[in-house]
Amino acid sequence: MATNDGSPVPARTRPVTRRQFATCAAAAAAGFVLTACGPKRLYEMPRARLTQAIRDMEARYAAQYGTTVSVSDAPPIAGVEFAYALDISRCIGCRRCVYACVDENNQSRDSQVHWIRVFSMEKGKGVDFTEADPYYAPAEVPEEGHFYVPVACQQCKNAPCTKVCPTGATWTEPDGIVVIDYDWCIGCRYCMAACPYGARHFNWSEPTIPKAALNTNTHYLGNRPRPKGVVEKCTFCIQRTRNGRYPACVEVCPVGARKFGNLLDPASEIRYIIEHKRVMVLKEDLNTLPKFFYFYAT
Amino acid sequence: MNFLRLFARFVRGSVFLVLRGNSAYWAWIAVLLALIASGGIAYARQVTEGLGITAMRDQVSWGFYIGNFTFLVGVAAAAVVLVIPAYVYEWKPIREIVIYGELLAVSAIIMCLLFVLVDIGRPDRFWHLLPPAGHLNFPYSILAWDVLVLNIYFVINFVVVTHILYRAFSGQHYNPRIVVPMVLLSIPMAVGIHTVTAFLFNGLAARPYWNSSILAPQFLASAFCSGPAILLIVVQLLRRFSRFEIQDAAISKIAELMAYAMFLNLFLHGAEAFKEFYSNTEHVLYTRYWFLGLGDHRTLVPYAWTAVGLNVLAFVLFIVPGARRNWISLNIGCVATYAGCYIDKGMGLIIPGLTPDALGEIYVYYPTMTELRVAAGIFALGFLLFTLMLKVAVPITLGEFHGGTAGQPGGASQHA
Amino acid sequence: MKPAILLGAAMLACAAAVAAVEQRPGPQPSAPQTSSPQTPASQASAPAAEERLEVPPPPFTDGIFPCSACHKDLKVNRARRELVEMHTEIELKHDAEHRWCLDCHDANDRDHLHLASGELVSFDESYRLCGQCHGEKLRDWRAGVHGRRTGDWNGHKRYLLCANCHNPHQPRFKAIEPKPAPQRPARPGK
Repeated sequence: MATNDGSPVPARTRPVTRRQFATCAAAAAAGFVLTACGPKRLYEMPRARLTQAIRDMEARYAAQYGTTVSVSDAPPIAGVEFAYALDISRCIGCRRCVYACVDENNQSRDSQVHWIRVFSMEKGKGVDFTEADPYYAPAEVPEEGHFYVPVACQQCKNAPCTKVCPTGATWTEPDGIVVIDYDWCIGCRYCMAACPYGARHFNWSEPTIPKAALNTNTHYLGNRPRPKGVVEKCTFCIQRTRNGRYPACVEVCPVGARKFGNLLDPASEIRYIIEHKRVMVLKEDLNTLPKFFYFYAT
Repeated sequence: MNFLRLFARFVRGSVFLVLRGNSAYWAWIAVLLALIASGGIAYARQVTEGLGITAMRDQVSWGFYIGNFTFLVGVAAAAVVLVIPAYVYEWKPIREIVIYGELLAVSAIIMCLLFVLVDIGRPDRFWHLLPPAGHLNFPYSILAWDVLVLNIYFVINFVVVTHILYRAFSGQHYNPRIVVPMVLLSIPMAVGIHTVTAFLFNGLAARPYWNSSILAPQFLASAFCSGPAILLIVVQLLRRFSRFEIQDAAISKIAELMAYAMFLNLFLHGAEAFKEFYSNTEHVLYTRYWFLGLGDHRTLVPYAWTAVGLNVLAFVLFIVPGARRNWISLNIGCVATYAGCYIDKGMGLIIPGLTPDALGEIYVYYPTMTELRVAAGIFALGFLLFTLMLKVAVPITLGEFHGGTAGQPGGASQHA
Repeated sequence: MKPAILLGAAMLACAAAVAAVEQRPGPQPSAPQTSSPQTPASQASAPAAEERLEVPPPPFTDGIFPCSACHKDLKVNRARRELVEMHTEIELKHDAEHRWCLDCHDANDRDHLHLASGELVSFDESYRLCGQCHGEKLRDWRAGVHGRRTGDWNGHKRYLLCANCHNPHQPRFKAIEPKPAPQRPARPGK
């Protein structure tokens, strides 16, 4: 990096004078100091450096996967705070969302990472995770007497995970999405201990994504490929939603149980649900203020 | 110039001291080096393959490493239980062993930091924690607090120990104007490192087993048991293998203090168990997993009751004056304390805290061979450091190794 | 009443909706960003009750529409009976005790449905017919809350007709095979 700043010296044939050498060395040193002292976290990176960092990412992924990978830096949209709602009375537990999410967000296939976990619960017992089963595998769903509760990151307004991170590698964006800087995370997993929803997942080994299956449409705070040893989680499909699109899980849900929109827009689907339906959040007593609502449309 | 010459003599003399020992000493060193090598190999594999070769998973995301870290913070903190009477009340019999308590603290903190290092997924990014190049999320992250207080505590103990030993080496009495304020500061710091480490877990509302305000006091109580337990065994070994003298009264006094600490430890545990089982809310699951098991998942139950048994045994042996003056029962008590607190903190704190996980799933965690080897390697490294430091410090405090006779310390002090 | 252009537009929308149903990582084939992101109030989320929503065409069985192709030569038989010559595959499981074909299908204009008031509605407006009984569902659907939405959360949302998901004759969802369960956490080497 540092040498880049000092290297525009074309005169390879001419002998280098002491003055030239001193100038180059000074430039290199200044460059090094600027690079070394400037912010390295994506959180505080100035725009120009971010652009460079994103170009570096694209080059890295292109070399790794042998294809063109676009890394977007789409910023939050003013006046938008994302929220999600899931209709428990509709979900049939088919797990289409789980695998759509894996494909969209480049989750590891072999050492399996699933951002969405669907729990089968008994109707008589209500929402009780101690009695829930995430490994149900009947021939057909829904099963008699069961209902289903999919859980992913709840994008808490009062997020316990960002608070505990010792390096400031995870934070809440202005549009409410809790994101992770995969290049800054040290993998201490304190956030995983702090998360009440089991939403954070660790890359216990090198993630495996078949080259053909890589979603090359990525965001620098979202679905770009992750290295081993860092934590990852749902980002409300930041690469899609910041471009106005619905998250992948919303679009794939065959029963339309998944709803998404702008909490600040009184005409949004989310506001309609909060105002007209019976809504709940998970572990309300923890005061995490999730922006992921569960509702009963019927 | 004089200082440099003295320092050169100190280094030469230290090397000489460290390289001299009987066969027991070399056997001990060889065992430690073998364990370190084995741990190093296991860790190298962990780095290349990822933490997947441990038994930790998303469900139980912390395990043996963090358990050992927590236990060793307690060991490090316990030096203070000796510092208070020695320096504050000038109680001479204990003061002689305070220096070893502080050496133990220094070794324990190094082990703590190593356990954190081997637990993180990206050890190459450790510097991300260190400003100005890195970023420490202070004051929000309790882990940031822990990094700070552990390092401050390390520096304090290191400075005090170095100062006292250097002064003794150069034939002077330590400077009370340096030592006393540092020692006084180390008292709240010792309480601090353990309180902050307790808060590390305590502050997580997601884990009801840890989210109990009794956690920090209980941490301190158990630390004041396990730290002195190690130290009592060490001073007995020193007395056996060197000319080191320590009065029986001092050992008995420490054992008595441990009895009170153990009583508090048991009492606080009991108070927590009562609250959990009697109120019987959904939060009882974790305590139940530890003491009774959940359904067929009973892996930890024998450990839980072994720890209770050992702790009760230690309490009885230390509280009965006749028992704590008897060397056999005293040492049984020390081993029981150490083992009981180790099981309690290493397994009983971390694993039930994460089992069942935040969404009710039970994944039965117990460490893999890799984790055991890495942990053994770290303990061996800590003990090696402690042994080498003792090897130099004991002759200095005995006046056998000083600036005047550097390179030719009188009488080889040998200890295992 | 229904110009060919409208049908064409509906077909296009259908194609887009079908594309959206597929799990695909690539960008949306047609997602015009008409509404400015800076103005959060979106025009499509709460349409006025009378507004015609853009919907895909009804999921007719191949070659069955227009119904008048056959029915124009048949005499109307209003008697409630079991169908034996045609449409035998239709088993009515939709309040069958109180309902029969001609409660929804218009006897005189076979290419339309009719409401309780007698007003004719086209098949691509069938939600108005469904909404007579399922009023709350219709309201939710218009708000974007009932049924699957694809497209843009703040712009061009794609709706589906009730009949695209619910068979009008047997509206209850059929059970489907779930995708594989996640792997259980395992110790290394297991």
